[in-house]
Amino acid sequence: MQSARAEAAASEAKMGVEGLDLYYGEFRALKDVTLDFPKNEVTALIGPSGCGKSTLLKTLNRMNDLVDGCRVDGCVSLDGDDIYGGLPVNDLRRRVGMVFQQPNPFPMSIYDNIAFGPRTHGIKGKEELDVIVEQSLRDAAIWDEVKDRLKKSALGLSGGQQQRLCIARALAVQPEVLLLDESTSALDPISTAKIEDLVTELASKYTVIMVTHNMLQAIRVSTKTAFFLLGEMVEAGDTDALFTHPKDSRTADYVSGRFG
Amino acid sequence: MSKSARKEGLARALFTLAAAISILAVALICVFLFANGLPAMFQIGIPEFLLGTTWKPGSDMYGIFPMIVGSIYVTAGAILVGVPAGILTAIYLSRFAGSRVASVLRPGIELLAGIPSVVYGFFGLMVLVPFIRMTMPGRGLSLLAASLLLGIMILPTIITVAKNALDAVPRSYYEGALALGATHEWAVFRILVPAAFSGIMAAVVLGVGRAIGETVAVVMVAGNQPVIPNSIFDGVRTMTANIVLEMGYAADLHRGALIATGVVLFVFIMLISLLFSAIKKRGEER
Repeated sequence: MQSARAEAAASEAKMGVEGLDLYYGEFRALKDVTLDFPKNEVTALIGPSGCGKSTLLKTLNRMNDLVDGCRVDGCVSLDGDDIYGGLPVNDLRRRVGMVFQQPNPFPMSIYDNIAFGPRTHGIKGKEELDVIVEQSLRDAAIWDEVKDRLKKSALGLSGGQQQRLCIARALAVQPEVLLLDESTSALDPISTAKIEDLVTELASKYTVIMVTHNMLQAIRVSTKTAFFLLGEMVEAGDTDALFTHPKDSRTADYVSGRFG
Repeated sequence: MSKSARKEGLARALFTLAAAISILAVALICVFLFANGLPAMFQIGIPEFLLGTTWKPGSDMYGIFPMIVGSIYVTAGAILVGVPAGILTAIYLSRFAGSRVASVLRPGIELLAGIPSVVYGFFGLMVLVPFIRMTMPGRGLSLLAASLLLGIMILPTIITVAKNALDAVPRSYYEGALALGATHEWAVFRILVPAAFSGIMAAVVLGVGRAIGETVAVVMVAGNQPVIPNSIFDGVRTMTANIVLEMGYAADLHRGALIATGVVLFVFIMLISLLFSAIKKRGEER
């Protein structure tokens, strides 16, 4: 059933990269990558450290712009529009949210953390913000844990709670795509399981693209997987197929745990 | 006992001694100040001394209230001038200036910190005071001149400390804000500045400490009348100025009253220092 869904959605790509080359100075970190991210599905990017999967993720919301000497060739599109073309970068980042590897709540109250994004985009009314804050926290499955301490500092939460708060914060600006950059790697197994469940649910409303070191996580959560090695995309496709019948021998070696 | 352990013991003793010397210096200053100042204060009468508004050593009247007010006014004026400029400069240097601009500004600010007070005083006397005399009421030697000059003098302290606080804000806060679609300016003023707030407050407090203790430059431009000023164009005398102006020829109770002025100043500085460590501690807890 998963593969049927993946095929049906293949025609409906939310984001895509085509012929993407990325350089850090002289170093070519991504080599001619072409990949589609199907709408309302979870796509996992896997591969050993330094293979370029996080770099690709940061290209999708242009966080790479912050890196000195970073240069991008090729096309990255959101709903068919080139994100390196006319789309203002702040609009792009509102539509393509990101959750980082380390939870990074702002040093302010839980409420203000969630309200930060909407306020950034001009929402000032308290009632409107209240609704957004509650809805975002509910969507991130953390409302029940924090509803009585919204005015308390977000830094007092546990690591797993902080990360779900960061997901809620990203959801509060009503993004269309959610990028997760190894967002469970700093967490304990129970928190990780909670976030995996959450991601699976979020896929009904959002297009999710996640970088993960954990192959089992890719299998559990994603419908599509792309395998990267040394800046090259080796293979991409339906998650079950890629893990059970990899077409490329390098993929086979990696998913069977022979390196990486 | 092995050789290295003996060496370590020796080094330890040396460091302890070095630390003890500075503590000893503070303790001795304390003892000296209070031993010489307190008797005079009691002889004059504490309310008469602290709240008396007449300072006439010739008639044995030692009310330092005008000087306390003078110190507070001058410091407040310096804060009004120096704090906004200093904090904005720190924000600019930390988050906006390109590396070329910063490479000119940073040494400039370090130089500003290294200029001796008496040179600042000259600048105030030759430039600020004549300018105020020509464009505004009064004789130029005024609360305004002292505030402006001190405001400039505390800039390096405020800029350096506030900039360090801003630089120390984790990069992840900034990236988190940008990833939500915030502009650079929005991220800086809504996330980074609040995150560095306690460090910025510490910068202000250090600036206050510097302003209230400054002497020579203030003496040169403030006019030094021992009366409470009615406007910013009137002359003013600070506690530090009071001491330095009269210490050379004072004797007996007059001398004691000046040292007692030093006691009051010392208490002010101590309070500021306590405030500074409280702010720093709160910042670390967050």
